[in-house]
Amino acid sequence: MRMKGSQIVMECLLEQGVDTVFGYPGGTILNIYDEFELHGYKEKIHHYLTSHEQGASHAADGYARSTGKVGVCFATSGPGATNLVTGIATAYYDSSPVVLITCNVSENLIGKDSFQEVDITGITMPITKCNYLVKDVNQLADVIREAFAIARSGRPGPVLIDIAKNVTAAEADYAYMPVSEHPNHGRLANMLRRAGRDLKTPEPDQNDIDKLLELIEQSKRPLVLVGGGVIRSKGAVPEFRRFMETLDAPVASTIMGGGACPGDHPLFTGMVGMHGSHASNMATYECDLLIAIGCRFSDRVATSPSTFARKAKIVHIDIDRAEIDKNVRTYHHIIGDARRVLELLNENLPQHDYSEWKDHVFSRKEVPLKKDGSLHPHEILETIQELTGGDAIIATDVGQHQMWSCQYYHFSHPGQLLTSGGFGTMGFGLGAAMGAKVGNPDKVVVHCTGDGCFRMNCHELSTLEHYHIPVITVIFDNRTLGMVRQWQNLIYHKRFSQTDLDRGPDFVKLAEAYGLHGFRAKNQAEFADAFRQALALGTGCVIDCAIDMDAMVHPMVNGGTPVTDFLLD
Amino acid sequence: MNTANHKRHTLSVLVENAAGVLSQVSRLFSRKGYNIESLAVGTTDDPGVSRITIEVLCDDQQIEQITNQLRKQYSVYSVRLLPPDSSIRRELVLIKVKAESREVRNEVIQIANIFRASIIDVSTTTLTLAIIGEESKDDALERLLDEFGILELVRTGMVALERGRATISDNADNKETDEFELGKNVL
Repeated sequence: MRMKGSQIVMECLLEQGVDTVFGYPGGTILNIYDEFELHGYKEKIHHYLTSHEQGASHAADGYARSTGKVGVCFATSGPGATNLVTGIATAYYDSSPVVLITCNVSENLIGKDSFQEVDITGITMPITKCNYLVKDVNQLADVIREAFAIARSGRPGPVLIDIAKNVTAAEADYAYMPVSEHPNHGRLANMLRRAGRDLKTPEPDQNDIDKLLELIEQSKRPLVLVGGGVIRSKGAVPEFRRFMETLDAPVASTIMGGGACPGDHPLFTGMVGMHGSHASNMATYECDLLIAIGCRFSDRVATSPSTFARKAKIVHIDIDRAEIDKNVRTYHHIIGDARRVLELLNENLPQHDYSEWKDHVFSRKEVPLKKDGSLHPHEILETIQELTGGDAIIATDVGQHQMWSCQYYHFSHPGQLLTSGGFGTMGFGLGAAMGAKVGNPDKVVVHCTGDGCFRMNCHELSTLEHYHIPVITVIFDNRTLGMVRQWQNLIYHKRFSQTDLDRGPDFVKLAEAYGLHGFRAKNQAEFADAFRQALALGTGCVIDCAIDMDAMVHPMVNGGTPVTDFLLD
Repeated sequence: MNTANHKRHTLSVLVENAAGVLSQVSRLFSRKGYNIESLAVGTTDDPGVSRITIEVLCDDQQIEQITNQLRKQYSVYSVRLLPPDSSIRRELVLIKVKAESREVRNEVIQIANIFRASIIDVSTTTLTLAIIGEESKDDALERLLDEFGILELVRTGMVALERGRATISDNADNKETDEFELGKNVL
């Protein structure tokens, strides 16, 4: 059927089952936006107009992380496109599948420094899995099909398609093609042909699996380290739980692995790394076999790569071969999708019992929790845990509140924790929470944030209000950039350079200005009361929690130092 | 950066012949903080495929990182680290030398003959030589011509192939290549 490029974009989104798009219109992308009205695509694809393109990119990311589907985001050329950059990098570092569609100026204006022209494919080259500049309408459908395949396959990630405006107005033949047919046509077919072998059933190497099983037999102190790969791999979590229970070894988690092992499971030692638990960090130091699944040993996990797990044989399971031996040297690796590798391991793994080693690991003292009538971060999270039955989706920003959320909320399923673990993007949380709530209307979505982070993208409150997206924002308000202040406290001799946030706005009034509800809490009872009301209201709410300016995240291992050198209090 | 273990590595890379791919490949090097010593690119017998030859000074672990990062790019089809002992490397160098008198011209022509360089342009005041070789031969010629005054010099960048039957496509049966392809699988 003959149709315009703009309509082909819409049809290709429908092929992929896309029913939700976050975005912001502008000059060059007008033809695509016109399709919502002209051919009525707004009935099939719900478009959420955000306050800022960055919010749209985080929303698409949060939608993707919480649903496992590919998130989609639209933006116009120039500043519209560059406003996506932080969101793209955030998705890239945490391997979140997002397809971003931007339009550029018409082909005859490209390269002339035209109004709102920017080389967005050049800018996003290092932070996308792949990107495209489409100049031929006949290739448009093919490129979109390839983009979705790449975004969700292998190690997922963001893919950007930049379409010249004239392409959206030009006509081409389009025929519907189901997703299952895509690999047999066009560029995808070429790509697979070039790979030169049967990739229809890619399998992990059985010898590699057997070798790990052997290493497990020889091990006396095995430790499992679970990362975001297990969260991203569809269906991997049940296999993972079977694996860890059969192995009966302690399980530590990276920040991205939150939810793979239930937070209250007797084998769970907590988060590992810079703000990891005493038990997790000491276990990495003492174990003789470290089975790392879907993690990449970032500097926040392996704070000192040369001493990390140095008594252990490190076995790395990952889908991305380029991660092997990148940050720490490994003894053995298995390449494959986490679900499939774990399935194969489970087939031949006998039940183990490491009681003595487990008792040793869990005998480690953890940080004592304060309770003195003022409001402490752990009390906020315990209350949320209790009032949501541990089932809420928690989106965080970055800093102390992020670490507290990971330490004190018990995540029990994948996609429950939405946090910018790799890129550390302040301002990620509200957009992500919005995307998560749109994708999971039946779940309670709580946005945990700090006063610094919240200020960065709080304008998305208007989006919550307009579309009636009931996200509950909980501000850990310490009137300072808490994590930076913590470092200044510990390392910079209390020189608090530019971290005090002794300024407005009044967050309760701000919420009200956006047409939402605001609450204040100074102790646990007030917070519980406010949170109950927020749940009952079913609208967007902001709860401003006054916490101590000098509250710190403990334990802490300084960057570059071994995990044995840490601060408990 | 510790440069004690640095040595010259020659990488041969087959890529999709498309806009932006060269920049994607070269940016990988700058992103990881390594300097490209030499880079040559051209199409292959398949017009859809380009071959890039890159020389880089780094240690063994760094070259492994570069190779790994290259291999996961969708536009990169094949990467091969050419073994120095069994590869032939060649570079074309054009040198424009000042030659204002007959004596100088004769002397330069003699040197050119010894090096089997060809004279590809002559004017009343200059000679332009072309030489194909590895850097040792090219550098020796350059040093000798220096005394006459080199007006301009240009190198194509090193290109290289393995000796004998070995080709870049031999990677196809290797387990490591399969491991990278698994990550690129789009089904």
